[in-house]
Amino acid sequence: MNSLKPMRCISASLFTATPGCTTLGTAILGLILAAAFTVPASAQDAPDVGPLRPVVVKPMESHIGNLIGHSTSDNAKYDYRRFCAGCHGVAGDGNGENAVWLDPKPRDFTIATFKCRSTLTGTLPTDEDLFNTIGRGIANSNMPVWNTISHQERADLVAYIKIFSPRWEHEKAGTPITVPPEPPVTIESISHGKALFTKLECWKCHGPHGEGDGPSASTLTDSKDNPIRPYNFAIAGNDSRFKCGSTNQDIYKIFMTGVDGTPMPSFADVIQPNDAWDLVHFLRTLQVHRHSKENEVLRAAHGVIPPYVEQKTSSLAPVAPADNKTSGGGQ
Amino acid sequence: MRTKQMLPVLLMVLVCSSLMFAGTVSGKVTYTGTPAHQKPIDMSKEPSCAKQHPTPITTETVVTGANNALDNVVVYVSAGAPDEGQVPTQAITYTQKGCQYIPHVLPMHVGQEFDIINDDQTSHNIHPLPKVNIEWNKSQPPGTPPIKEKYDKPEFIEVKCNIHPWMHGYFAVLKTSHYDISKEAGDFKLPNLPAGKYTITAWHEKYGTQTADVTITGNETKDVNFTFKATPY
Repeated sequence: MNSLKPMRCISASLFTATPGCTTLGTAILGLILAAAFTVPASAQDAPDVGPLRPVVVKPMESHIGNLIGHSTSDNAKYDYRRFCAGCHGVAGDGNGENAVWLDPKPRDFTIATFKCRSTLTGTLPTDEDLFNTIGRGIANSNMPVWNTISHQERADLVAYIKIFSPRWEHEKAGTPITVPPEPPVTIESISHGKALFTKLECWKCHGPHGEGDGPSASTLTDSKDNPIRPYNFAIAGNDSRFKCGSTNQDIYKIFMTGVDGTPMPSFADVIQPNDAWDLVHFLRTLQVHRHSKENEVLRAAHGVIPPYVEQKTSSLAPVAPADNKTSGGGQ
Repeated sequence: MRTKQMLPVLLMVLVCSSLMFAGTVSGKVTYTGTPAHQKPIDMSKEPSCAKQHPTPITTETVVTGANNALDNVVVYVSAGAPDEGQVPTQAITYTQKGCQYIPHVLPMHVGQEFDIINDDQTSHNIHPLPKVNIEWNKSQPPGTPPIKEKYDKPEFIEVKCNIHPWMHGYFAVLKTSHYDISKEAGDFKLPNLPAGKYTITAWHEKYGTQTADVTITGNETKDVNFTFKATPY
């Protein structure tokens, strides 16, 4: 508590030349910085976090590799209150005190609908999915990267968020979809991917050039009726990430399993696994500013994606409508 | 052996007698006041659908008929239904045609399988928004097979297509198959109700629910009418 006085001194010195403060200020600033790493946890707490009250929580577990997380552990109770409750709420309903200021809104754990899954739409994610989401954070949202807390603590938090929805007691997590090995990037795969992008009407929301400006884009709302924007591929830089990861495998999973709670549907029933990889390759070329093997292949082809010609050997299932002859997908 | 041979006969007798002594609840759904003006839908962003409607269709939030009839009201037995838990096996369909849901409200029994069909030349995404049941969201490009789904819990579920924001419909998941939808004249009919006490509920997507208690004593038709108070906004 004795840090209060010097703090006032520093802030005062920023505006007025308070005698004795400026020199003292730097010294004290150093002291505070040093203290930040050495003071006990309780001194770092946000004002609303005091000692743990004896809360009784449902005993839930999480299993990530060899790690086992427990909702009843002090880790879980403490970390949830310290790091999560501010946005996700003490009751896990996504109505934490910061929630009103956030867009997109924090997840509501009471309905157990999660965006980033390796499992089919409508199913519960695996523990690993949730563990990865915490560690990775969610790009273009206020969910930070929680790589500062230990793996055990993350596993405990995964177990802890299960106490908010009865679904975790009655249902098993979905089965992760199979992602076949990625075939080489070719101009043909990019071309086929483009045909799929047109045929599956991804552009209706994401726009013809992936700029997030399709004809339906302005009307989109999430499942709680909050306006939501489709992903803009074109502004992606080199370090850009998708909401649910940054690798080609992640893109594959995102459109195959859908982003539950948002307008982004699942395509698992309508895209064949190999076709899905072609779509991934095309999507990468929409990220025009990003260095990728897809963009290299496209550059080698002088930046021109040839029109897709359906091959007899294609793994595609028959496509019914006559006006979509140039494209594939569907079954 | 003998009992086995007798079984169909016994069943026939049972079925016949239950039909003979079954009552019916029928009536009309009407409204008072001024219902909301239904706006024409602009489908110009989806030409393949727009051309199916020479005169633009309107929203279907409140559909009315002559003499203050109120359509698209789900009337069902909400208490006392003899068939709770008996999941019908016949398939029911929910069709997307001309960027519209047909029917606008699809009643079904809990656990009953239904098919979602895309009859359009455009992709739809079927995105029901349940609060009690589990939410999913699936893409259905033209020419793909029907999506087969079912719901485990009774609920009125709003259905949306995010690609075509004007598309709105409802699933009415009920614990019974004793239901009907009020048609153009606002009339409905719930036949085959054995003697007993029932609660009949009428649900409208905009005007909420109303209930009425009915007692069926035998082979009779009971008249039950519902009147909803319409609001212009």
